[in-house]
Amino acid sequence: MDKPLLDIRNLKIEATAYPPGEPPRHVVLVEDVSVSVQKGRVLGLIGESGAGKSTIGLAAMGYGRGGVRLTGGEILLNGRDIRGADVGVLRSLRGREVTYVAQSAAAAFNPAKRLMEQVIETTLLHGVMGRAEAEARAVELFRKLGLPNPETFGARFPHQVSGGQLQRAMTAMALCPKPELVVFDEPTTALDVTTQIDVLAAIKEAIHDTGVAALYITHDLAVVAQVADDILVLRGGKRVEYGTTDQIINSPQEAYTRALVSVRSINHVEKPLAPSILSVAGVTARYKGTTFDVLKNVTVDLAPGQTLAVVGESGSGKSTLARVITGLLPATQGRITFNGRVLSPDLASRSKDDLRELQMIYQMADTAMNPRQTVGTIIGRPLEFYFGLKGEARRQRVQDLLDQIEMGKGYIDRYPAELSGGQKQRVCIARALAAKPRLIICDEVTSALDPLVADGILKLLLNLQAQEGVAYLFITHDLATVRAIADRIAVMFRGAVVRYGSKTEVLTPPFDDYTDLLLSSVPEMRLGWLEGVLQTRKMESAGN
Amino acid sequence: MKMPLSALLGLIFTGAFFLAAIFADVLAPYPLDAAVGKVWEAPSATYWLGTDTIGRDILSRLIYGGQITIFVATASSLLAFSLGSILGFTAATQGGLVDQVLSRLVDLMMAIPSLIIALVVLVVLPRSLITLILLMGLLDATRVFRLSRAVAMDIAVMDYVEAARLRGERQSWIIFREILPNALSPLVAELGLRFIFAVLFISTLSFLGLGIQPPLADWGGMVQENKDGLIYGKSAALMPALAIAVLAISVNLVADWVLSRTTSLKGGRGG
Amino acid sequence: MPPVLVLVTQRIALGLLLLLAVSVVIFAGTEALPGDVAQAILGQSATPEALANLRESLGLNQSPVTRYFQWIGGVLTGDLGVALTNGQDIGQAIAQRMGNTIFLAACAAAISVPLAILLGLVAARYAGRWPDKVISGITLSTISLPEFVAGYFVIYLLTQVFPIFQPVAMIFPGMTFWAKLHAVALPVIVLVLVVLAHMMRMTRAAILNVMQSAYIETAELKGLGPMAVIWRHALPNAIAPIVSVVVINLAYLVVGVVVVEVVFSYNALGKYLVDHVAKRDLPVVQAVGMIFAAVYIGLNILADVVSIVANPRLRHPK
Repeated sequence: MDKPLLDIRNLKIEATAYPPGEPPRHVVLVEDVSVSVQKGRVLGLIGESGAGKSTIGLAAMGYGRGGVRLTGGEILLNGRDIRGADVGVLRSLRGREVTYVAQSAAAAFNPAKRLMEQVIETTLLHGVMGRAEAEARAVELFRKLGLPNPETFGARFPHQVSGGQLQRAMTAMALCPKPELVVFDEPTTALDVTTQIDVLAAIKEAIHDTGVAALYITHDLAVVAQVADDILVLRGGKRVEYGTTDQIINSPQEAYTRALVSVRSINHVEKPLAPSILSVAGVTARYKGTTFDVLKNVTVDLAPGQTLAVVGESGSGKSTLARVITGLLPATQGRITFNGRVLSPDLASRSKDDLRELQMIYQMADTAMNPRQTVGTIIGRPLEFYFGLKGEARRQRVQDLLDQIEMGKGYIDRYPAELSGGQKQRVCIARALAAKPRLIICDEVTSALDPLVADGILKLLLNLQAQEGVAYLFITHDLATVRAIADRIAVMFRGAVVRYGSKTEVLTPPFDDYTDLLLSSVPEMRLGWLEGVLQTRKMESAGN
Repeated sequence: MKMPLSALLGLIFTGAFFLAAIFADVLAPYPLDAAVGKVWEAPSATYWLGTDTIGRDILSRLIYGGQITIFVATASSLLAFSLGSILGFTAATQGGLVDQVLSRLVDLMMAIPSLIIALVVLVVLPRSLITLILLMGLLDATRVFRLSRAVAMDIAVMDYVEAARLRGERQSWIIFREILPNALSPLVAELGLRFIFAVLFISTLSFLGLGIQPPLADWGGMVQENKDGLIYGKSAALMPALAIAVLAISVNLVADWVLSRTTSLKGGRGG
Repeated sequence: MPPVLVLVTQRIALGLLLLLAVSVVIFAGTEALPGDVAQAILGQSATPEALANLRESLGLNQSPVTRYFQWIGGVLTGDLGVALTNGQDIGQAIAQRMGNTIFLAACAAAISVPLAILLGLVAARYAGRWPDKVISGITLSTISLPEFVAGYFVIYLLTQVFPIFQPVAMIFPGMTFWAKLHAVALPVIVLVLVVLAHMMRMTRAAILNVMQSAYIETAELKGLGPMAVIWRHALPNAIAPIVSVVVINLAYLVVGVVVVEVVFSYNALGKYLVDHVAKRDLPVVQAVGMIFAAVYIGLNILADVVSIVANPRLRHPK
């Protein structure tokens, strides 16, 4: 067997944490991890946040971000141990043998310099080629990666091109010096689903063309299944399972791996149509001082105890719809009926009951709770404000709610900073429930959470809906979530509803163009999905 | 409460100055403006810090001067702080026209250096304690306005403030229960900085002869009175100068420490 | 018109408007009295004739608005009026002293700017380690000192303890350049001390801010050495904020100059201003106050313009 290109043995990575107000703490980020990558193969590193995948990816370059130290084990690159190597040695291999593609290309490029200069910088620095040759290679890579106007693309500045293009430019920058290993650190995580698929395809093809080996880091198993040959599953800095992509996806051994693979497979049976509790009729809206409508003639209905999922990408207007319904942004046209009454378009003129029965949960639980208030105060305030509950009665009710959100005892006097991501979101749910609402608007409530945690929250929400009969307006960009939770679906694109109906109706072809694009762009957890989509699209455009 | 050595020292000195100011009458060995010794005597057992340009005891004048300086500085920084933060919060939460008008007004006031405005205005204004306190208070309120408006705006866009608004909470509840508790740390630190600035400013004005008038003593004025002595090697002018420096540095150390603890208070503003 | 030019023109126009508004404030500041201006100037013991004369010469019988326009009209045509105390033409007096103030400020700037940038670079490079702590510690103390306090400490140190200089700075016309330098050495040292601290801190903060950007990490991951990282990636982005910092602190220098001139009895614009405030000489204070304000505002506008011009997003729009 060939010697592996990258051979990591018993790697240990540590850091010192400085929690404010406390003495510095010693943390172990990665413990006893061993894995190897052969020439020309792609290894997927998968895990939730905090699993150590980025840390290991950077370690492959002998780098530790912040105060992170590579303290134990060996990192053999082409047979040479680079852990603890001299800085000069590391600098000679970085940008030449190993290159890096960051998660946010927008921040990773120097805003003051043109793209071409940055793309060929390491190639020139390490003397791999002369300038003319390097520029020609760069242009070729731009072309291969599908960038517009490859000859002149390099003359632009980072702020003049889009996020997806920058991600591809960064890939070009990584491939230009003809490296042996490229570390891709969540390269498509920050992109819209429809952009992601193009960039993913471009990366896969570039890897295939250049025959380079790669570490592909992501938390999305469906994505990694499209690009990687082998997969290493990580959790809490330790290795959980390793195998080929086929093995991991189709016959996972460990319980944790199985959980990751089966995520979002909740299948929700949709409820039949019923008289609405919320009726949005012909609503149009625009922000003060702008000249275009952010919502165009939106009409949707929601029955009591059911869930309406509003799907769309960034800029589709889905969050704006929430703002209009809650009265933060008055509509310029149209009408919203709730609970049989017409809602006043402006928040200030609504009755307390109207406000109470319509609650909202936010995407980022961190900023949705006042950091200076305890969990008890946060959940207790609506009880006091709407129902006049005080003292012991209020405390009891808060504990009841905490039980309902599956959090149990001992949390009433804690502060938000002491809770985990999932727990924070549960507290926000309890706060919304405390008002005994009839409708809760969930604005991307699971988007910022790890897949397993998000699953837990979705299951909780479904249970609560069954118990309390509350309706949800569920805003999301993730179609898997929609399948798991929705009764009716509205697909939004640029402020208008392009498709609306029951879940089965909406998800059954024939589709309009946008819904088709959207649905086909969501990565599915099976091998060969990416090729299949690209093939279909090629056929479609050839047929036109 | 753990405190670095520098902040502790700062706190001790600041406390000492304030105590001396409050108990001036008890502590000062000699009266404020009685010529008790010869001119520019060196420090001795009778006069701990020596005497000044007309034979008054420097230590006593330092203590009484400290009383006046600290009193004026405290009064004006409290005025600046309350005026500035109330207006700043109002501008941040009301937005719209109120915000525009206030902000433009403050921009205008801050476009001219404080010293220049003070000099211009003091041509015609009576040089009384009240005038000085009002003048310094108003000038400094502009800076507090800017800071509190920025802090309030940072907090006002947080989802939890929006959640409170959606609940139907009144504006005053939102300001006092949601915004203010999270704005305290930077504001308290700012109060300290305003105090220092007030001390330096009133000293400078008195030094220029435009601040606190005789017979009241003031550190800046004392420097001015005794400056000629420096040519003859008499260090009388350095005592009040040293006092100003020590007070300013001490408060600075405490304010720095408060600011550094901003993120460590249980769930402080962001992280 | 390219967006950069639009923004710059807007900023300058705004600045001129601000200048006008400031002139109103300065004028109004002296009308701020409850009571009579003439009374305030001449004091309690003034005779009614003296009061009437003063009112006549100051034109106080006319409305404030008329007086303002007369004054601003004069300023714009170069006629700054006549001093109350000695009848001297203000414009001339200013012209005589302006050069001295500029000389003092220029010397202080020439020393403090390069020194501040250098110290800021060192402090940022070794952030958190001893060179940074030492530099930050020293500047903390000088920041806390008002100009006159620093002034007298320096005088004591360098005229008494180590008798190197004279405690008074006198410049005569006809002095050689080096003689002038020697004369202003002490006030320059004091000014430098005061401004250096602020400038160094802000430079350090600007550089650290740039160094913590993601693209610096990208450069390191490309295998660039520290000098290359700083020179090629950090500096192009740090220049704008540093220039801004320098210009803002030069504006700060304008104020420091006033006090330092008094401390050293340096016969220039600042001393002129303070002397006449004490003498309650209204026309002089209005005129000189306006000049200082204008310079301060002008420098701040310059800082803004530099920020605008240095922003690559504005120089190369989409």
